[in-house]
Amino acid sequence: MLIGTVLTALFAGAAALSLFWLPHDIAALDISQRSLGPSLTHPLGTDHFGRDMLSMLMAGARTSIAVALVAVGIGVGLGVPLGLWAAATRGSWLDEVIMRGNDLIFAFPSLVIAILITAVFGPSALNAILAIGIFNIPVFARVARGGALPLWTLDYVMAARVAGKGRLLISAQHILPNVANLLIVQATIQFSLGILAEAALSYVGLGAQPPTASWGRMLADAQTMIYTEPQLAVLPGLAIVLMVLGLNLLGDGLRDALDPRLRRVRM
Amino acid sequence: MEGPPGKTLLRMASLSLAIHGTPILSDVSLTLEEGRITGLVGESGSGKSMTALALIGLLPKGSATTGAIHMDDTDLTQLAERQWLGIRGNDIGMIFQEPMTALNPVQTIGAQVSETLRLRGTSRAEALRIAREKLDRVGLGPIPLDRYPHELSGGQRQRVCIALAIARRPRLLIADEPTTALDVTTQAQILDLLRDLVRDEGMALLLITHDLGVVAGLADEVAVMKDGAIVEADTTEALFRTRAHPYTRDLLAAAQPKPRPARTVEPAPVLTADTVTRRYGALTAVDGVSLTLHRGECLGLVGESGCGKSTLTRALLGLEPVQEGSIALLDRPVGPAMTRADRARISVVFQDPYGSFDPRWTVRRLVQEPFHLTGKPADAEARAITALEQVGLSAGDLDKYPHEFSGGQRQRIAIARALITAPEVLVLDEAVSALDVRVRAQVLALLNDLRVRLGLAYLFITHDLTVVRAVADRVLVMQTGRIAEEGPTADIFERPAHDYTRALLAAAPTIPAKWLRGDQH
Repeated sequence: MLIGTVLTALFAGAAALSLFWLPHDIAALDISQRSLGPSLTHPLGTDHFGRDMLSMLMAGARTSIAVALVAVGIGVGLGVPLGLWAAATRGSWLDEVIMRGNDLIFAFPSLVIAILITAVFGPSALNAILAIGIFNIPVFARVARGGALPLWTLDYVMAARVAGKGRLLISAQHILPNVANLLIVQATIQFSLGILAEAALSYVGLGAQPPTASWGRMLADAQTMIYTEPQLAVLPGLAIVLMVLGLNLLGDGLRDALDPRLRRVRM
Repeated sequence: MEGPPGKTLLRMASLSLAIHGTPILSDVSLTLEEGRITGLVGESGSGKSMTALALIGLLPKGSATTGAIHMDDTDLTQLAERQWLGIRGNDIGMIFQEPMTALNPVQTIGAQVSETLRLRGTSRAEALRIAREKLDRVGLGPIPLDRYPHELSGGQRQRVCIALAIARRPRLLIADEPTTALDVTTQAQILDLLRDLVRDEGMALLLITHDLGVVAGLADEVAVMKDGAIVEADTTEALFRTRAHPYTRDLLAAAQPKPRPARTVEPAPVLTADTVTRRYGALTAVDGVSLTLHRGECLGLVGESGCGKSTLTRALLGLEPVQEGSIALLDRPVGPAMTRADRARISVVFQDPYGSFDPRWTVRRLVQEPFHLTGKPADAEARAITALEQVGLSAGDLDKYPHEFSGGQRQRIAIARALITAPEVLVLDEAVSALDVRVRAQVLALLNDLRVRLGLAYLFITHDLTVVRAVADRVLVMQTGRIAEEGPTADIFERPAHDYTRALLAAAPTIPAKWLRGDQH
């Protein structure tokens, strides 16, 4: 939990900082400064165009986090209500329509469709977000419905029905908070998958376009020099790994921290 | 009743157990003899299940034991996990409480019973033959080996569990609450089966239960457990006759609530059902049921699982539509369309003290949830406190979460929640069935007190005849969706007219009255 928080906070902080200030301008190429090792002016060295690696990583964190965050937001915002709705009307035609729609989306290979979307509408960070986000919807709908179904049979839901509450209110007051831990864990997983997907799209040149920095494109740019300048590939790769690892640890920690039954034990 | 005195099979000598430093068992000594049944009785948390797990070497991580368990010439506490594998199943078999989860739902019963034999290198054909033989032995003769657990009833599943446990002819069988999840008539059959097995095969049986009636009918010896220690142990009849330890006396008194003195209730119907029928497709869950509940009355509704009492309950609460007949609460119709104000006049307490509350809500919010029906009054907080105080809790509990309370306290909170809208009718759906007997006695006393003070009418739904006798003015006996018999409590218990009622009464495990009167033989 602590490690996850620290790692995630580090990258989130770097991304936030990059909005206002970067050690160096990442759009400024300076061939005279190319491929330098770590130094005081360039703590992580420079790449083959003489751009500061630290600045690139910070800006890349911003791109990755923004893409993944919005993609998860789309998934949660549309998927969770759909899933809860399906669970509340379990067995009805509505449930069927929602879940079969989900199956339909699931049936498409997500990354291939993402590539298709960006290929048709032009490569950009926004299209990458949409492509990743759409495929998050069924994931969250499934998790929400799966978590909600057993809850609907519990006595406290029955008690709420006896108290005259409708499906909507019960879903909001009883079901959602009790599936939240599942959703949070799923959100961190999808968040890290989003970061990976963005890196993958950028790697093949269909994500964020230059001069926007992206970890995936840094990797792609560096691959030709993997033997001569290994740090150019290792640094963004490490950033991706640590970010994903941090998110997963954070997700587990959050799940425990948000449950009142576990909270008492841990404190 | 007494089995023959047998050879000592296993001797537990001053066993103490601590888990992560918390003492669980202290100085437990037990002797189990071949061909005899030893009952281990205690309330939840008394350490009886841990004693069983110690016997079969399945204690949780972090356990530290002192003392010894002698079987033959080995001390079982000293065995490594590898050595245990040769003992479990082979020398010691175990049956668990919940037959629904003790079997693997995706394997046939034949595969599961024969699996334990196959582990010992028995050939497949031979293992299946023995499995067939054991299933016949537990009374599942007509059931083919290729059935899956979900195709069997609860009682049949428990028989499969027993067949599994005895497949390798263990010398000791441990049964941990083997009939708690079953109906009384099924329970009686399973207990008979266990008794026969012990007598025929010369096994020792350790029967763990909270039900003194079960022990009285079955065990040769009884040990009473409290807070991880055995407080009293004797042969069954002697223990029930002398009741040397005050805790044993407490338990017995609580397990035998006094029959309710007969009284006449002024006819003032508050809840009436008139030939109510509820069908699900081809299945008729409730079939032409009529009942009347009067003000200040406690009406018992008795029936086994699947008899339709849950469906009837939901219909009476206005949560289910009915196809035929009508239900009225204080002359207003009951159904899914009923108004909130009408709904506020009837409330419910459920069985499960754990599932009744949203674990993320505080008691303050939980207790006030029914205000959704009436709109939140200005004095909501004060009324929540009053409701808590009525059930013996205090304002200090408002900010706690449900998991901070014991089972009995949770049931009190559930009652407080049911009372907060000042209803006329309280439906108690197995409301005390999950509680230990002493806690049950307290909650029953509370309910009785509330009924008198607030003039409530109770519909008391239960499978437990002892409880019904203690609380109900009138009893309805329900069987396969119909009311089989109806009448004043004393009449039903003393002069049951219907065969089904007689069968229920005969199956209910009881402590022989002469043991309790204290007359010396």
